[in-house]
Amino acid sequence: MKKATAPSAARTPFQKWLDNYQGILYLIPWIIGFVVFKAIPFGQSLYYSFTDMNFFSTTINWVGLQNYITAFTTPKITKALIITFKYAFITVPLKLVFALFIAYILNFKIACVNLFRTVYYIPSILGGSVAIAVLWKAVFRDEGLLNTLIHMITFGHFNGPSWLSESGCALWVICLLRVWQFGSAMVLFLAALKGVPADLYEAATIDGAGKWKQFFSITVPMITPIIFYNLVTQICQAFQEFNGPYIITNGGPRGATTLISLLVYQNAFKEYKMGMASALAWIMFIIVCILTIIAFTSQKKWVYYSDER
Amino acid sequence: MGMKTANKVATFFKYFVLILVGLIMIYPLLWMISATFKDNSEIFSGISLWIKNPTLDGYRSALDNFGGSINILQAMLNTYSYVLPKVFFTVLSSCIAAYGFGRFNFPGRKLLFSIMLATLFLPQVVLNVPQFLLYNKFGWVDSPFYLAIWVHCAFATETYFVYQLVQFMRNVPRDLDEAAAIDGCNSFQTLYKVIVPMLAPALVSCALFQFMWSCNDFMGPLLYVSSPGKYPMSIFVKLSMDGDTGFNWNRILALSLISILPQLIVFFCAQDQFVEGISAGAVKG
Repeated sequence: MKKATAPSAARTPFQKWLDNYQGILYLIPWIIGFVVFKAIPFGQSLYYSFTDMNFFSTTINWVGLQNYITAFTTPKITKALIITFKYAFITVPLKLVFALFIAYILNFKIACVNLFRTVYYIPSILGGSVAIAVLWKAVFRDEGLLNTLIHMITFGHFNGPSWLSESGCALWVICLLRVWQFGSAMVLFLAALKGVPADLYEAATIDGAGKWKQFFSITVPMITPIIFYNLVTQICQAFQEFNGPYIITNGGPRGATTLISLLVYQNAFKEYKMGMASALAWIMFIIVCILTIIAFTSQKKWVYYSDER
Repeated sequence: MGMKTANKVATFFKYFVLILVGLIMIYPLLWMISATFKDNSEIFSGISLWIKNPTLDGYRSALDNFGGSINILQAMLNTYSYVLPKVFFTVLSSCIAAYGFGRFNFPGRKLLFSIMLATLFLPQVVLNVPQFLLYNKFGWVDSPFYLAIWVHCAFATETYFVYQLVQFMRNVPRDLDEAAAIDGCNSFQTLYKVIVPMLAPALVSCALFQFMWSCNDFMGPLLYVSSPGKYPMSIFVKLSMDGDTGFNWNRILALSLISILPQLIVFFCAQDQFVEGISAGAVKG
């Protein structure tokens, strides 16, 4: 390849093609992967959602919007949709507020900042594992760690609720598992907070602005890009939550933690109703899309980018 | 003087919050470790970490072979026999794809790049059904080599890592590529002689994250592994929990702890890479 610096007149057509297009050669694996494992399945699942596709039947019949109509008229499914929204709107704000609050404190000159950071971050790394779901069950079961604690601090006068078998509590237990993993969002906030120029605070102090005022009129606006990033990724994740409710409560009690992803799984891989499952997955996808679009269009109003990109 | 006291109160308050939250965060984990050494009657009798009658019963019964074709060692082995290919191929293919996106200008690059970014937001749930049917057609479902779980990684399907590596690659000076070209390297030689060494920390961080996520993965094995002899740790722990709930908590907690032990070790050896890894991916976005 010494010809790389030779004048282009001496180059073969193949080499000329290579000059312009060789980048594509490196993208071939990605393109294959995208087409085979993403684009085609994506189209197929949209198509299946309009059919009565079943894993064991050889014929596929077009049923139009029937699956979607069924979805919105079956109480079990509409309930799951509402619960999914509830789950996302409890988990995401709690997690972000918590992450920002802790990052804000850590950003002061704190001794052992690395130790704290590690402690807060461990749950994020392990939280998705089955082992932690087992632990969660041990903490929140009727005679679990939390109720033993409640019993102890009230000197035996009060027994905690059955967290996992009361409809009102079970969803909160699942939400808490994810809020407990605020570490990765916190690390991002911490990096962003470090990037806020110190002279802004100095100027504000001279102008007589108090800590709270500084926080809401300097800190928050300066880190809105990261707030935005965290918000979008966390919403995407929250609507897809599966492991927590599946392992800890298996959707119970009485459907109180049946998120839409559990119904997709149940329809597709327990009842083999692939058409119905695809329709449910698409409903969820469209909801996530709408929320993402809202976030992206609203960002002009509240996200502040210091260097226009 | 009043100012100083106020400062002291503020400092005290900060540490108080940090330590309190830290305790709440970490206490369940510490309790879990101590519970694995307690006997079953002691585990839920109090919340303390102190072990009155230390016993290894939990571990002993966790390691016991309960008959059937699966035990903890086999499950461990099964887990890593797909986690390692998954990590290796993810890093390899993502690096190559990121090189294509980050270093070349060709007609259509922008379009492909925005498609790649769009797939970042594509939920896996939408793809599960067709992918299952596809793998089923290939004969990959319940394959002895876990093909359905890791083969797609060889095609840079883990978009998050491609995106992250493109971000990192922006920080590798292009002068280096040009110098290599002048020295007669073709673009592939430039990749593995210049880019890969410069990107090494980023590649390590991708490998670490993929390792953690693959070990945690539950949905993949749930869909694609059905013979008990091939169960990985995540499924094995879940089934043991379902089978045991109510009486044998030290066994199930010991089992859980063993299952995350490799991850804990990796985390403590490389915690800075994790923190830098997540910061770098997003902040420059």
